[in-house]
Amino acid sequence: MKSDITPMRMILYRLGLAIAILAAWEFASGRLVAEFFISKPSAILAAFERLIVSGNLFFHAGVTASEAFAGFLIGGTAGVVAGVLLGRSAFLADLLQPFILAFYSLPKIALAPLFVLWLGIGIWMKIVLTATVVFFLVFLNTFTGVRSVSRELVTIVRLMGANERHVLGKIVLPSAITWVFAGLRISVPYALIGAIVGELIAANRGLGFVLASASGQFDTAGVFAALIAIMILAFTLNGLVRLAERRLMPWKASEAAREVTI
Amino acid sequence: MTEDYLIAFRGVGKTFTVGDRTVEAVRGIDLDIRRGEFMTLVGPSGCGKSTLLNMTAGLFAPSTGSVQYDGAPVQGVNLRTGYMTQSDHLLPWRTVAANIQVPLEIQGRPRGEIRDKVAALMALVGLAGFERSYPSQLSGGMRKRAALARLLAYDPETLLLDEPFAALDAQLRLNMQMELLRLSRQLNKTVIFVTHDLDEAAALCDRCVVFSGRPGTIRAVLTSPLPRDRDLMRLRHDSRYVAMAAELWDMITPMLTQTRGEST
Repeated sequence: MKSDITPMRMILYRLGLAIAILAAWEFASGRLVAEFFISKPSAILAAFERLIVSGNLFFHAGVTASEAFAGFLIGGTAGVVAGVLLGRSAFLADLLQPFILAFYSLPKIALAPLFVLWLGIGIWMKIVLTATVVFFLVFLNTFTGVRSVSRELVTIVRLMGANERHVLGKIVLPSAITWVFAGLRISVPYALIGAIVGELIAANRGLGFVLASASGQFDTAGVFAALIAIMILAFTLNGLVRLAERRLMPWKASEAAREVTI
Repeated sequence: MTEDYLIAFRGVGKTFTVGDRTVEAVRGIDLDIRRGEFMTLVGPSGCGKSTLLNMTAGLFAPSTGSVQYDGAPVQGVNLRTGYMTQSDHLLPWRTVAANIQVPLEIQGRPRGEIRDKVAALMALVGLAGFERSYPSQLSGGMRKRAALARLLAYDPETLLLDEPFAALDAQLRLNMQMELLRLSRQLNKTVIFVTHDLDEAAALCDRCVVFSGRPGTIRAVLTSPLPRDRDLMRLRHDSRYVAMAAELWDMITPMLTQTRGEST
């Protein structure tokens, strides 16, 4: 649903809202609520600046981003491959279903201590944790996508003489890709959860580590500064997925632009 | 001398199980279709016309009897047939040109040949200039023409057409009918054409099969009095055509009152 307000005006309204919230925060801090608990925007900005100037921000954000990105890539790829395999093979899907359900219902974060035991507190523990979280989300979406492929379309190309490879490449994958991307998009915040929770549990670097150490020193402004950095990272990752989506599914843009008729 | 039959239905019956109900779609169908013949099938909704097409394409087997294609029973997907239905089944993620080239890619034709053939087919069905459009950007008639171009791209021996022009406006439909008739004659295609439009059935056919309601059985097979080369534009003034269309109407109308309220 589109509102009637022009885009320019909407941006102004949003800016106004953001400024109002920040001003209220600044005012409330130390007057209505102790600054110790909520810090204040000006102090957070200063802490954020210190993080940037010292070069710490880019170092730690870089660590977290690589963990999230690597985990996202590994988990996403494995999820797509497994989703397609099980989606196309009723036997495999039947065989593995109870095992997958059992693993799926387990909160993946609870595996973190096990990964620490296996992999130590280095970057690989976070990557594997992230990949595990992302895998299930992408796998389930891909599986559903492959299963919901139009049987009519498959029949039509079979009549043209298509073999299994043609069906997969020309029908199944392109039609499941919408689902794959839905899975990838919801995975972005979870990839960051995996990386940051991993860092909170055991690490000596990364934004989760900055967050934990600022809170350990009762540095509320530092905690908020780390949160802002995490938010920016999430935004960037989301943007990248959207970009890939537009590149790989050009037909979606034309479908969205079309006037609705019934 | 025996006639050259390409498709033969021998005592064909088909029963579907839908939930806990069984539905008998067709019963005791005996029908021979000659090579190069244009056969139209008419009859009330749900009388199993599409079922016969599906069995010819080998999508499923008959419950009783057999469907023979070129002297051998149809087993599995029949690659010598091409299918076009009321919905166009274009791939939404491919442009029009890319859709038409799907069968050529499957046949593994060289790139240059594919490009030339697609361009020729686009021009043939009047879609030149829309190569890069996606199906969602086209009108229903244009999508239909794209589907016809794709069907012609892989050049099957037999065309199975299930109300292919039902959603088109009158003029476009006449254009498509002329195009189809011209191409099927020129390329000596065998065509089985299901339609609800009795005028269309009379205009296009060499022979027309009239079905009666569920379970579908053959009520009559009419032979067209029209020559194989005919001008669809001038049919309205042809008394032979008018007489055949009237005969079809007379056969179908009593069935309509019988099945009223029952059609989906």
